[in-house]
Parts: sequence; structure tokens; C-alpha cells
Amino acid sequence: MDRRAEAFELTHGIDRLMTFPDLKHMADVQSKPADSREIARRIRARLVRMSHDARAPHLGSAMSCVDLLVAAYWSFLDIDPTRPDDPLRDRFILSKGHAAAALYATLAERGFFSADLLETYGRDGSQLPEQMSPRCLPGVEAATGSLGHGLPLGLGMALAGRIQQQAFRVVVIVSDGECNEGSVWEAAMMAAAQQVRHLTVMIDFNRWQATGRSEEVLAISPLLEKWSAFGWHAVEIDGHDIGGITVALKHADDTPQPSAIVCRTVKGKGVSFMEDDNNWHYRIPSDEELAAALRELREL
Amino acid sequence: MRNAFANELLKLAETDDRIVLLSGDIGNRMFDSFKDRFPNRFFNCGVAEANMMSVAAGMAMNGLRPVVYTIVPFVTTRCLEQIRVDVCYHQAPVTIVGVGGGLSYASLGATHHSCEDIAFLRVLPEMTVICPGDAVEVRGALAAALRQDGPAYLRIGKKGEPVIHDPDTPFEIGKAITVRQGEEVALIVTGNMLPVALVAAELIARQDITVEVISMHTVKPLDLGCLTRVFAERRLVATIEEHSVLGGLGGAVAEWMTDKPDPLARLKRIGTSDRFLHKVGNQAFARQAFGIDAESIANTILESL
Repeated sequence: MDRRAEAFELTHGIDRLMTFPDLKHMADVQSKPADSREIARRIRARLVRMSHDARAPHLGSAMSCVDLLVAAYWSFLDIDPTRPDDPLRDRFILSKGHAAAALYATLAERGFFSADLLETYGRDGSQLPEQMSPRCLPGVEAATGSLGHGLPLGLGMALAGRIQQQAFRVVVIVSDGECNEGSVWEAAMMAAAQQVRHLTVMIDFNRWQATGRSEEVLAISPLLEKWSAFGWHAVEIDGHDIGGITVALKHADDTPQPSAIVCRTVKGKGVSFMEDDNNWHYRIPSDEELAAALRELREL
Repeated sequence: MRNAFANELLKLAETDDRIVLLSGDIGNRMFDSFKDRFPNRFFNCGVAEANMMSVAAGMAMNGLRPVVYTIVPFVTTRCLEQIRVDVCYHQAPVTIVGVGGGLSYASLGATHHSCEDIAFLRVLPEMTVICPGDAVEVRGALAAALRQDGPAYLRIGKKGEPVIHDPDTPFEIGKAITVRQGEEVALIVTGNMLPVALVAAELIARQDITVEVISMHTVKPLDLGCLTRVFAERRLVATIEEHSVLGGLGGAVAEWMTDKPDPLARLKRIGTSDRFLHKVGNQAFARQAFGIDAESIANTILESL
């Protein structure tokens, strides 16, 4: 922890789960960490193939949030892939809709639909658009792609649960670039005013947005402190440590406020030549790059 | 109209526990009864309309029937993308209620005028657009909007407008109501111009010209049966609205007419012109400035015959 952050913690009492040994014991991961890592590896390999085959961009953004999805879908969300419309299911919204492929691959891996469908991704007449459309697949809660919509939608769902006395939980993943949108902060203020306990936002903080460093495009830092100042329970964690993410999600659920988990991630995570290289926001892997990526991901 | 809205909403909420009211920090005291009766179903969402609209969509996607309320420009164009994506694209049954339609809040300046909202919302797929002409239509429109399963926009006036209809007048979305019979000219009016159109009709009738007045409260979907009949039977048809002549009721009727092969009655669109009003004044003054007061309308019709 750097000195500035430490000083801030002392004055504001913010948990920093980057160093949360006291919470480690809370980990109750359904799948063993090794299994989770294996699932994440398979999903990443799938994503590289999907981007290559469909000639679809945003691979770096999708790779960035895989571990967040694996933690949520295998160790936190109360969902049944055979009953995707169960009114009591937990709701998950991938608000950074440009990473839709990551959600599709996750849902297929989790058993919501056949993985064969993934091969139609982005093709004419497919059920899998490059960014989700409403109810395009079982398990897709909302169409996203225009940024800044998922958190307000999730807030509405969480409030609906409260009105209807259904204790389902709502988890939303937003990107750091998405936090440029004013509607994110409008929702943040309302969620805090309403003390919406069952709402958690995970910020995929890979420090890049489409065309630049997110800290340089707009003054996004200090992100953790922003969420905290907006009245949320806020923590900052390693967004590739699936066990840690799971702990953070469970801890978030135990706080009376809405929770923000600032997840430090690496754009393009999992393939060395894509990691932290923002060209992979739009770039599509060539045949050679596909093969190299799959070798790194132990698929070839 | 706005008191009719608040009273009718309270009444409907008694029997439909899916109804939730979201207000954009407006309606001081007006919703006190609703808040007292249903504290868990009222949300003051603050001055944050984009979030309010998406929150409503999220609620609607979970089986509720949210009603979103604030002044027209802020509940329409301010959050148009949220309406387009979260409400319409998801076919979420959100009822958007805008108060202060047209020039109702003329004296607050053009930031509070709404002469473009019908045009913006009318082009959104899945959206129903209703502009009630009096308190009776407000009640009917609200009940009808909440009975259906898709998005709806209700554009209401302010308070104290004359009541035109008998309280028992049936209301059906997309079904125009004839309020005055006549043979030569038809005035098709939407929203808070209904009483103005009736005065204009009276002025025209003094010249021995018979005038039919139709309340076309639903701008989308249009009552095509009514339009077909009127355009076949009248010499001149005029659309009247407190909205730009571009894209509103007049625009919608003109679009429909353009695709018709048969000779039809002439169409005259009456509404605000394509400009902001920079002059200061109340609603009556603003209507005169745009030439949409009863006398100006009557003169326009007489000159067009």
C-alpha cells in the first residue's frame, strides 16, 4: 500500500482488500481456486478464438474481466442455469457491453446454453450480437453497449427486489472508462441515499479506455476514494485473484451499504503480447497471433 | 391536468401494487397522499433524470409498473438515450409522464418549453405517445397506459385547464374522440390545445363554415380509421398542437398522407414554428407569439379555405 493510500485509509477507514489477511478466512469458494483458474483459462482461449473467427474487436476488454466473471458465476451468484427466469435468481449485468463475448463464454461454460452457440458469435442471423440485445440468450439480463446504463438498471432491479420483498442480489461490472458517464455517479448517489444493500458494482479497472489511459482522459483517480465519498462501501483488490474477488463479493454482501469493488486488472490479461497493450481494444488477432495466444493459453 | 394525474395515480395504485412513482425532485406536496399511503413505492430520484429513467426500466424488467414524472424537457430529451435503450429496446413497461407540455411553462423560458418532445419520442420503436386534452383524458390515458405491457409517454399540461369531456367518456389508446360535429373543416387537435381548438372552431363557424373538432390524444399509434374518414369527407383538415410543426401530430399525419394514393382533403399543420421563443411572457402570450391562439388559428383556417 502506498503512503498516500495508507494515510487516506487512516482518515477514512476504508478497507483495502489488497491486503486483507483478516478476511482470507471468509473464503468459501465452491470451486477450488485451481478449478477456477482452469475455467478462466478455457474462457480466455475461447475469447481469442471468438474474436479471431468473428473478426470482432474488444478482445482486450473481454480478457480483462474474465476472472471477475468466473468469481461471480462460480462462487457467488445464486443462479440455476436450468432456471434462468427464476424470479428469485441473483441478477448480473455486464454493463461494459463491448466485452459481451466474455459473458457469452462464461454463460456457456456455466451451462446456460450449449458452447456450440459461441461459434455463431457475431455472424449474420446469430443469437449472439457483438453486444448483448435484450433476452438474446438465457442468462442475459440486459442489453448493454451504450455505457453508463448497467448500474442504474441494476439499481432499479435491486429496488424492485426490495419493493417485492425478494432478497435477490444484483452485481454489475462496469469499466473504468465507463465511469466517465455521469449516469454512473447519478446511480451511485441514489443507491447510497436508498441504502441499497444488495447492489454491488465491480469496476474493471484496467486503466485503459478506448483511446487512452483512463487516468489521463478524465481525472478518474482516485477511484476507490470516489466511491467511498459517494457513500458506498468501497474496497480495492487484485482483479485477477479469483479467491480474493470471491471474498470481496461475499464481504460486500454483508455490508449495509451498496458496495464498490475496484478491481485492478490488466487489459488483455492472459496473453503476454496483449497484456496492457491498448491496441487490443480494437485489434483482431491474425492466424499467427491466434496460434501464439492459444499456445500461451495451453490450448495448442 | 396534473392534479387529475396525481389523483388517478393514487387511485390506481390502491388496486395495482406493481405501480411505483419516481419523481425528479418535483411535485412538491402534490404526491403527499401517495407518499403517505405507499412510502415504499415512491422515490424522489433527485435532479438526475438519466438515472431515474434507467432505474424505472430496471424496475419494469422485474415486474413493476413504474411511472416516471417530471417536467417534459427533463423526462424526454434530457434522458432520451435511456428511454431509447433501457425502456424501448427492452420493451419495458415504463409510463413516462411529462408535465408542462408545450408552452405551459412559457414564462420560465425556452429551457422549459417543450415543442420537440413528441417528435423525439414518436420515432422510438415500441413507444406509445399520448397527449391528453383535458383532465378526463389524463385519467383515461394513465389507466390505459398502465394496463398495457409496453412503454408509454403521456404529455400533460399544467393545472386549471378547462374540462372538455363528460367524466364518463371512454378512453382507448389510438382511438380519437370527436368533440364537435361539422361538415366542411376538421380540426384534429392533440393535447392541451383542445380547448383552444374548440374556441377557434366557434370563431370559424361564425363565417357559416361547419367545423368538426377531433381530439387525437394518441399521436402514436394514430387513429388511421379516423384519418381515413376525415380526409375523405372534409375540404380542409388542420392539425393543431402546442408543438413544432416539424415531427409532431402534423408531421405524423403528413407522413401518413404522403403514402396515400387517393385524392385527399388538404392538410394544414398548425403548431409552433421552427425556432426558440426568446420573448418573455406567459402561455397565452407565447401562443400569440407563435400564432397558435384561437383567433390566429381561426384566421389561418379561413385564409386556407
